[in-house]
Parts: sequence; C-alpha cells; structure tokens
Amino acid sequence: MSFMSSASNFFTSKMSDAMGWARKYSIFQYPFVTACCGMEYMSTAAGHYDVDRFGAGFPRFSPRQSDVLFVVGTISHKMAPVLKDVYDKMCEPKWVVAFGVCTCTGGFYDNYSTVMGIDTIIPVDIYIPGCPPRPENVIDGLMKLQDKIQKGEQSRTLYDPRTKIGRPAQLQEGYSVVQHIKHIESSS
Amino acid sequence: MSTQTRSMLLNVGPSHPAMHGVIRLIMELDGEKIKGVDVEIGYLHRAFEKMCETVTYTQCFPYTDRLNYVSPLINNVGFAMAVEKLLGIDIPERAKYIRVIMSEISRVTDHLTCIGASSMELGAMSVFLYLIKAREFLYELVEEITGARLTISYVRIGGVKADLTPGFTDRAFQKIAEVRKVLIEADKLLTRNRIFFDRMKNTGKISAEDVISHGITGPFLRGSGIAYDVRKANPYLIYDRLDFEVPTGTTGDNLDRYFVRMAEMEQSLRIIEQCFQQIPDGPIAGELTGEMLPAAEMVDRAKMGQTEGLLTDEVDLDPTLQGSTKKYYKGISADKKDVVLPPKEETYGNIEGLMNHFKLVMYGHGIRPPVGEVYFPVEGANGELGFYIVSDGRDQPWRVRVHPPCFPIMSALPKCLIGDQMADLVPTFGSVNMIAGELDR
Amino acid sequence: MTPLQRVQEKFSQDILETHAFRGDETVLIRPSVLGEVAKFLKTTPELDFNFLMDVTAVDYLFFAGGRIPKEFRFEVVYHFLSLKYNHRLRLKVAVDEKNPEVDTLTDLWASANWYEREVWDMFGIKFKGHPNLKRILMYEEFQGHALRKDYPFNKRQPLIGPQN
Repeated sequence: MSFMSSASNFFTSKMSDAMGWARKYSIFQYPFVTACCGMEYMSTAAGHYDVDRFGAGFPRFSPRQSDVLFVVGTISHKMAPVLKDVYDKMCEPKWVVAFGVCTCTGGFYDNYSTVMGIDTIIPVDIYIPGCPPRPENVIDGLMKLQDKIQKGEQSRTLYDPRTKIGRPAQLQEGYSVVQHIKHIESSS
Repeated sequence: MSTQTRSMLLNVGPSHPAMHGVIRLIMELDGEKIKGVDVEIGYLHRAFEKMCETVTYTQCFPYTDRLNYVSPLINNVGFAMAVEKLLGIDIPERAKYIRVIMSEISRVTDHLTCIGASSMELGAMSVFLYLIKAREFLYELVEEITGARLTISYVRIGGVKADLTPGFTDRAFQKIAEVRKVLIEADKLLTRNRIFFDRMKNTGKISAEDVISHGITGPFLRGSGIAYDVRKANPYLIYDRLDFEVPTGTTGDNLDRYFVRMAEMEQSLRIIEQCFQQIPDGPIAGELTGEMLPAAEMVDRAKMGQTEGLLTDEVDLDPTLQGSTKKYYKGISADKKDVVLPPKEETYGNIEGLMNHFKLVMYGHGIRPPVGEVYFPVEGANGELGFYIVSDGRDQPWRVRVHPPCFPIMSALPKCLIGDQMADLVPTFGSVNMIAGELDR
Repeated sequence: MTPLQRVQEKFSQDILETHAFRGDETVLIRPSVLGEVAKFLKTTPELDFNFLMDVTAVDYLFFAGGRIPKEFRFEVVYHFLSLKYNHRLRLKVAVDEKNPEVDTLTDLWASANWYEREVWDMFGIKFKGHPNLKRILMYEEFQGHALRKDYPFNKRQPLIGPQN
C-alpha cells in the first residue's frame, strides 16, 4: 500500500518536473511594450543577445496564446486598465515579468500620471530593475524566471504602493485552456 | 433586393503588434478602405514637464533622456543648449564637436530603429535583425563614451560629462564602416524589393500644404519636398562648418520618407567623419601628465593637504557601475564657476573648489539663470525638437516645455490614412516613427 | 524691419509688453486681439508665418515666490516660424484666471488643433470655437488640470488599483 502511494507520488512529482522543464524552454511571451525599455527589449530579442537560446524568441501578441507577460516600460494610469485586461485574458499558468524600474516601483516618475509599480495592479513574478536594464540583465532575469517556471511557482500577491504591504490578489476566475476551447466550440 | 452596407468601426491599439508604440486608433472602415480615423494618445504620459518644475536644471537631464529614447543624445543637447542660451554662455570648441558627433550617432540609431521596425512589420524580419546589429555597433560607441547604452545623461550645462577616450576615432571609423555595410545590405534587401516597394509607394501620402499647416518638420516635411532642416536654417554648434546635404523627396509618400531616412543616415555618417577630422584638442586632453592614482587615494591625499600636482594626475575609478575598473575621463566644460562643477581634484584639494562645489549642488543654491524665457530648436531625428524654458531666477525651472516633433505628425495621421487601405496603416505608421515618450511626454 | 517691429507698429494699442531676451522676439498681447494678430502674422507677405510651431501656456501663479508680480495668471504662448524668411516670433496672450478663454487658431493653422487641446487638458484654458476641445493626454475622468501650479505633482487619480 505504502509502496503504491509513494510510487504514484514519485510519478506525479516527476511528471510536474517534466512539465516544468518543457514549459521553461518554450516561453511564449507577450511583450507589452510601452516605453524606453522597448529599445533594450529589441536589442535583447535581436541577433546580438538572442533570447531564442532560452526558448523565448517568439513573441505572441495575443494574450490567449502567451504564458509570460513582459511588461516593458512605464505604465501610466491611463494604460493601467489595458494592462489589467491583458493580464486577465491570459490563460493559466501565467507569469509576469516587470521589465525596467518603472514597472517595478514607478522609478523616478513619482507623479500624478504614473503607476507606482505594476505589482499594485497585477501580481509580478520577476523584477528586472534598471533604467533600462542591460540585455545581460534581462537574460539573467529570464533565467530566474525559468527556475520559477520549473518549480511551478507563481506570484499571487499585490502590494500597496506606499507601505509595500502585500495582500492576496483577487484575481478573476482563472481562464484555462479548457475553458477557452469550450468557449470556441460554443461560439462556433 | 438591394444590399445594405454600413461602415465598420475597428479599434487598433493601445497594445497592438503592428503598433510599436502605445497609441489607439479608432478607424471607420468601408470594407478595406479607411474612411475616418480618430487618434487617441496619452498612454505614456509621464509628466515630463511637471517633473522638470520640481527638480534643478541639472537634474532635468535624466528626464530628457527618456523623451525620445531612440535618440537620447539629441534631447540632452537640445535641453543643454536651451539652458545655455538662457544663461548666455558659450562652450569650448571641443565640446561642440563632441556634441555633434554624439547627436549624429543618435540620429543614425533612430533612423535604423525606425526603418528596422517598420520593415519588420512589413515582414522583412532579416532587415530588422541586420539593422539592430548595426545599432548595436553604435550603442557600443555610445557606451564607451557615456557609460550607458540608452539613457545616457551625457551632456552637462556648459559642456559634456566626459572626454572622448583614446583611440576612439579609429574604433568609430571601424564601426561606421560596419554600419555602411549594413546599410548597403538593407538597401539591397528593401529598395528593389517588390513587396516592400509596392506597399510603401503611394501610401500614406500627404501634400506639402498639409504638412506645413500641421506644423510638421523633419523627414516627414523633407519627404514632401521642402528642404527645411534646423541644422541648415539656424545652424547651432558647429553645423555651419560641415558639409552635408539635406535630402528631400517629391511626393510625400512612405517610400519618400524611407529614402530620406536612408540618405540622412549617410549624411550623418559623413558629418561624424568630418567632425573627427576637424576636432581640436580640448582644454583637457594632453594635460594629464602625472601618475595614475585611484580615486580614494586622491581623496586621502587631499585631506592631508598634499594637493601639489593633483590636477595633472590621472584618476581611475574603481570599481564603476559596470563592475570593472575604468579610467575617469574628465569632462569638457566652459570656464564658468557659477554653472560648471569644479574638477574633483579642486573639490577635494582646496577650499575654493569645495565651496564652489557646494554652491552648485546644495539645495537652494545651484545654477541660477536670470529671469527670462528662451526657445531653442535643434534638429531631432523626427524633426524640430525645441525646448522652451521660463526661468524665475531660482535654481529650478519655472516651466519647461518641449516641442515634440511627433506630436504634429500624429495629429496629421488621419490625413495620411484616409482613403488608403486598412493594410496601409502598417507602413504609414512605421514611417511616421512615433516615439511615445516624446509624443506623450 | 523685424517681425516684432511690424507687429508693434500695427497693434501698438493692444500690446502689453515686448522684449527680445537672448534674441527671441516676444510680444505679449491682450486676448481680444489674438485673432486679428494671428491673421496679420499669417497673411502679411513680409511676415508669412506659415508655421505654427508650438502652442503652450505658462502658469504664473506666485511667480518667483511672489517677488515678481504678474497681472494675469496665465499666458498662452505661440511660437511662429516662417519657412520663407526663416524668422521666428513668440506671441504671448495674457489670460485672466477668472475667465481663462482665448480664441482658437484652428482655422488658420491645422496644428493648433491638438496643441490647443493639450493646453486645455493641462491648464484648463478654453479655446473659443475649437472643433473638438477635449482632453488629449489625460483621461476624461481626471479631475483638475495637471500643469497648473496649484495641482500637486504627485496627486494621483488612478482608474483602477489602490488610491494613494
């Protein structure tokens, strides 16, 4: 009996390892490019630094098809609802990378128009600071994200912009791939 | 039975794959034909003008970097020139040449990015990769001088932060040769490419009258056949000593703007080459004859009063933000004690230098221009980039206004698009080279 | 004869102030004559200001800490350029705080359209006769006008997310 249960545990844990391994090398990213960081994002994606080596070379511009949301550049209050919308439309499992210091904390744009860190509106998994981060820095962040994907960890915390006290995110009903297929079938 | 048709409303953006920038277009379509366009901007409003009112003149530079982030050096130069006009000071010859060299490098990176991104959106992915490769060469040059790739904050009021490094000229010529090769490659891949040509030709057309009425400058204006360039019309820095041409188009369509940009890159490379031939030795180069010593040791020696010969020593920074030892290249600045920080050796070495330093950096002191207002235009990569500064005599600007070259272009976007096909949006939007940081500020 | 002198000659009654600080020729006029002056600048063959380069405004509330008194709180600033003669002129219009309103120039220069919307958005100065005067950079829900000196630079009005 004990043998059986441990064997099934063994199997499931190995299975999730394999899933994590497969996922981390096929990152379909949604580049939510708004500002200056986009230039370094371009540099990182192009031939010189080549994120394709990490399986993250192909950007997808549909939230439904992507696993990782790269938020690249300052998010203003006018843009914030759009970002939240894109995040909500992504299928589980999903990760978020805050690219550049404006997305991490708001940076030096402490003013009426800028969101003080996107972790106040959506949960963030990896923070890549820098204004803008160098491509090497981005690749380092990408490798950290791969570790996180391998372990199957996802952030579910939102932070208060001033006190930086975390609270669990009230996310929308997780929109899974299965639901998506059902949605397509029912609509066609 | 007759078929009833009505026009369709289509929303594009603010985050859309064909839009390398945050902008929202609400288009009224009749089939594939664009009948009306409503442009909505402001998704990257970062309150540049408000932030400049809360910081000192020198602290404005990081904000100006992030206006047009594809050519940050031109913004730096423009802001510095406006403040210098307000102060009424002149800068050393060598600094002028360096500013021109760096501005032109920035202009090339901007045009490379514009053509690369717009050709990628038209399906020519390899051109994008080649042009970004060329941009990478230029970023290496920029990094060598300024210490950063993109947001450089290199220019200072009254001069520049650091001198050119030894051997920079040779490396620059090598990189320019590489960039030329890439440009020839891109030209071969694009100019006679049937798909590219057909999609650019006769799309996004705008007449010269409309361009003038909308106040558009830069490649857009020159593409419509008007040879207005601030570098020729009101030469600033040393542009009057340089030999370059202002390329113009004829019809004002996307293809003309592409040709203008390609020709301008060649002219910019020519300008850089001429600058290297003409650049004089500055007040800094050649003076450093003493030993090489680390910055900490310099401070220790100065504390003990051993300031003899400190100015002629070379200081080396250890470690820098880049994590490796780097030589400290002294800046080139005008000889104005009320504007320019004294050399570090003076600050650490004698009381006058220390007082001068504190008078410039302490809260409530700093650079204090006279009460007045100035407007200074420079030729940005997208057109006339002007800074309008109002001073009330304090160390913080009362009002900083930047005239963004993208802004009038975007206001004329409906004029370019109406009557075209829906698919023509992509090349037109690519060729206007919208930079959201500058458009929304 | 410089553009400044020409304007001075024609509208000597309505000019509040002129200067040429650092060579930038500047005229400050009353709002009532803005339309006339603008038309004069555009249509006079010797001036031929075909470019309206920039429109902005400056809020002089408590200027220089109150040391320099200003009669009018706002000034709307127009920068003109003539391609033909390559000369420039800065035209400023004094605007009262109580009734911040000036005439629109959209019928003379198309570029005025968006610039005037921006001035309305940032300073709350109305442009009489503007075809589409609504906010351009900020969202419609935004209360107040951000570049006025009495608007705190970090007063946020988020659409979603926590208030702070």
